Amino acid sequence: MKEYALILISTVLVNNFVLVKFLGLCPFMGVSRKLETAVGMGLATTFVLTLSSVCSFLINEYLLIPLDLTFLRTIAFILVIAVVVQFTEVVLHKTSPVLYQVLGIFLPLITTNCAVLGVALLNVQEQHGFVESALYGFGAASGFSLVLVLFAAVRERVTVSDVPEPFQGNAIALITAGLMSMAFMGFAGLVAS
Amino acid sequence: MADLPHKTTPITLDTFLRGLWKENPVFVMLLGLCPALAVTNTTFNALGMGLATLFVLVCSSALVSLLRDYIPKQVRIASYIVIIATFVTIVDYGIHAISLELYNALGAFIQLIVANCVILGRAESYASKNRVTKSIINAAGMGFGFTFALLCLGSVREILGSGTLLGYPLFGESFQPWVVMVLPPGGFFVIGTWLLLFAWLKERKQRKITRQEEAARATG
Repeated sequence: MKEYALILISTVLVNNFVLVKFLGLCPFMGVSRKLETAVGMGLATTFVLTLSSVCSFLINEYLLIPLDLTFLRTIAFILVIAVVVQFTEVVLHKTSPVLYQVLGIFLPLITTNCAVLGVALLNVQEQHGFVESALYGFGAASGFSLVLVLFAAVRERVTVSDVPEPFQGNAIALITAGLMSMAFMGFAGLVAS
Repeated sequence: MADLPHKTTPITLDTFLRGLWKENPVFVMLLGLCPALAVTNTTFNALGMGLATLFVLVCSSALVSLLRDYIPKQVRIASYIVIIATFVTIVDYGIHAISLELYNALGAFIQLIVANCVILGRAESYASKNRVTKSIINAAGMGFGFTFALLCLGSVREILGSGTLLGYPLFGESFQPWVVMVLPPGGFFVIGTWLLLFAWLKERKQRKITRQEEAARATG
């Protein structure tokens, strides 16, 4: 039980996927202009990431390794992710139109979110089991959502402030992200890894 | 070019240079930020990553462009991803064979070239619509632009963070390395500062033009 809690804390705070591991920066910069879209993106990513983390673990463990096809890992994982994204889109569309309206536009973007592929690959690299993979995926996604929402809130505030002209736009956003990353470094040492 | 002379624009130097500067993937379009920040703590890693991406970009653009009439529109994204993933696997095994040190330093980021939006973006918006040579030249421009941006980040971070360039010490014994620059926050700060510099240069140029116009109006 204890190691599961450690995985969660370490992926959400200590080894945050966005600010410490630099995964998923494109959506981090792209959809953080408004708080609402950030929340939507966070929810959609959490769902897809957890599911694809589990699926890619199963594919790797029961298909690629027994058949000695590990050189196809990258191709297999990216296809799994694309399928999971497509599947989520279809299911949401049929079952919950409300949720589909909120999350629908973010789903296609998730395929090229490198955090999703990153989690799948890191699961293999760190030899996680089934439950660990699921938790690792969920923790990574929660960390991503947390930082995305925090950053969106900061950015909304920055847009109404009087920023010097050359700083405006992406320069100030990236420096803000740097400051947040520094704050998250304060969590280092919380979990000995 | 004989078959469609009115539809294809000729290949110019701009096809290549556009990706290098005006539409630089990292500094202007803010794409492919993950590898640009994650592996640029030394110049050597930055160069390795840049060249690996360049290879995948050029090869996949060439293949997508060759197959552009045969790939059905509905499954094009999936097809592009499979093409890109194939070349990434080649690069992955290639780097593993050539330099184990670089392979360990880049870690999962070699395989993550698949999810680099610069490459999929090129395949979707350029290679699927243009002839092979033109796509290759454009992809090469983008790839060199990406490598250039990575080198800009990597060299600054290495010089400030470890006091070395490509492993050679630059300063004397008394240099106190600015450790935060090789850590994650440093990546954000350095790219933010580069963007700041470019924005400032652009603004200054703009001001100069308006001043010249005003002067011309005053005299004329």
